[in-house]
Amino acid sequence: MNDTPPGAGPVLDVRGVVKAFGSNVVLRGVDLSVEEHRVVALIGGSGSGKSTMLRCASLLETVDDGQVLLDGEDVTDPRVDADRVRRRMGVVFQAYNLFPHLSVLENVTLAPTVVHGRSAAEAREEAHALLARIGLAEKATEYPDRLSGGQQQRVAIARALAVRPRLLLLDEITSALDPELVGEVLRVVREVAAGGMTIVMATHEMGFAKQVADTVCFLDGGVVLEHGPPAQVLGDPVQPRTRQFLARVIDAGRL
Amino acid sequence: MALASTLAFFVVAYLVVTSAPGWPRVQATFFSLDVARRSFPQILTGLWLNLQVLVVGGLLVLALGLLLAVLRTLRGPAFAPLRLLVTVYVDLFRGVPLIIVLYLVGFGFPALGLQGAPTSPFVLGTTAIVLTYSAYVAEVFRAGIESVHPSQRAAARSLGLTHRQSMRIVVLPQALRTVTPALLNDFVALQKDVGLISVLSVVDAVRAAQIVVGQTFNFTPYVVAGLLFVLLAVPSARIADAVSARARRRQQSGSLL
Repeated sequence: MNDTPPGAGPVLDVRGVVKAFGSNVVLRGVDLSVEEHRVVALIGGSGSGKSTMLRCASLLETVDDGQVLLDGEDVTDPRVDADRVRRRMGVVFQAYNLFPHLSVLENVTLAPTVVHGRSAAEAREEAHALLARIGLAEKATEYPDRLSGGQQQRVAIARALAVRPRLLLLDEITSALDPELVGEVLRVVREVAAGGMTIVMATHEMGFAKQVADTVCFLDGGVVLEHGPPAQVLGDPVQPRTRQFLARVIDAGRL
Repeated sequence: MALASTLAFFVVAYLVVTSAPGWPRVQATFFSLDVARRSFPQILTGLWLNLQVLVVGGLLVLALGLLLAVLRTLRGPAFAPLRLLVTVYVDLFRGVPLIIVLYLVGFGFPALGLQGAPTSPFVLGTTAIVLTYSAYVAEVFRAGIESVHPSQRAAARSLGLTHRQSMRIVVLPQALRTVTPALLNDFVALQKDVGLISVLSVVDAVRAAQIVVGQTFNFTPYVVAGLLFVLLAVPSARIADAVSARARRRQQSGSLL
């Protein structure tokens, strides 16, 4: 089931999303529009709402106010079957979250067979092709705990891609990795982006955001404070808060 | 060395016990070979019944315990009454002594005189055991389910799996692996508690021993029945040990998330 997009509107359209956990208001009206084949990077300090925003977009959290539209359909409507919506998205998490009791191959074929009803043979074939693409063809029968963090995260990307998603959401996928393993994961993301995938990624890798993203959004205090082309937001930000944030990042040697 | 010290200990213990002034009397009433030989066949026949209760009851306990645990871990306000019901059930049957449940179910239920209701003490006894043990096992399963990190559920749901599919394919297999040692431990406990159905006057191993005791005024049949229960428990205890050891090794060797 490959839903073709209706019309030429944005793939993801987040409108005025508000989200609070108890008395802690994390998102105070976030707007974000992502066109097809575009890569959007979300940057901002910890607690700025990047992850929460992605969890709302992937319907892992319910929003308190506002709307999330996927291909023009309001998926935050309570009458919408959230399980059917999640099928159309791929999510990669900071801590990989591979299923430890399943082999690498089974991790990748699970959703295609169980959720999308593809035949086991077709799913396996496709999974092998994906694993070859990320350079882990020979690890198909291994279990996740035998893999390095970088390898696990590449498998997690393959698992998300196996459902042929309309949209890929990456939640700080290199933050839990040792520095020397970051490169191999970013290489895979760059390749996926070059293949035309629509991507929203929360990231601390400013250099990577600069190279790969079409748009960079700076989140601060639960709103998108500034957004634009990477050269502008990262090179010549308008907002003082953005400048402060980038100065701290440069101090830490991350840009 | 370990063998020598063990041997020495038992030799000393044997000498102390057999030199006690009352030993000849105790030997005659508790360790009579003659009575043991005569009572053995009846007790063994009775043990067969215990085994049947164990197998049938054990399987039912697993099924009911798992069901209760899954119901208790359902999220959302809609399931609040169901969760409350399961909580009350678990509190109740973990609190009441098994022997009282046996009396209530075994004697109280048939007294209702319901049409078509079972009257066989085997069925009623097994029911009582299942009621009590499923409450324990439900808690073991629940602990297992809650030990699976929420991020696993998030990953499953993000792939489009429904709550049921996430539970069946992702959460329960991991939970089961965690709780197997605890489950085996409960199984060992169940093995001896099936002897309690004797209070419903079914002729199981304990009841068979009791009958011979009544005839001979000799307590040896109890010792025979006790030894048979021990023999039954030893293999499961060793399996439980082996499984726990394996789980421990697995946990030390690699991160399971």
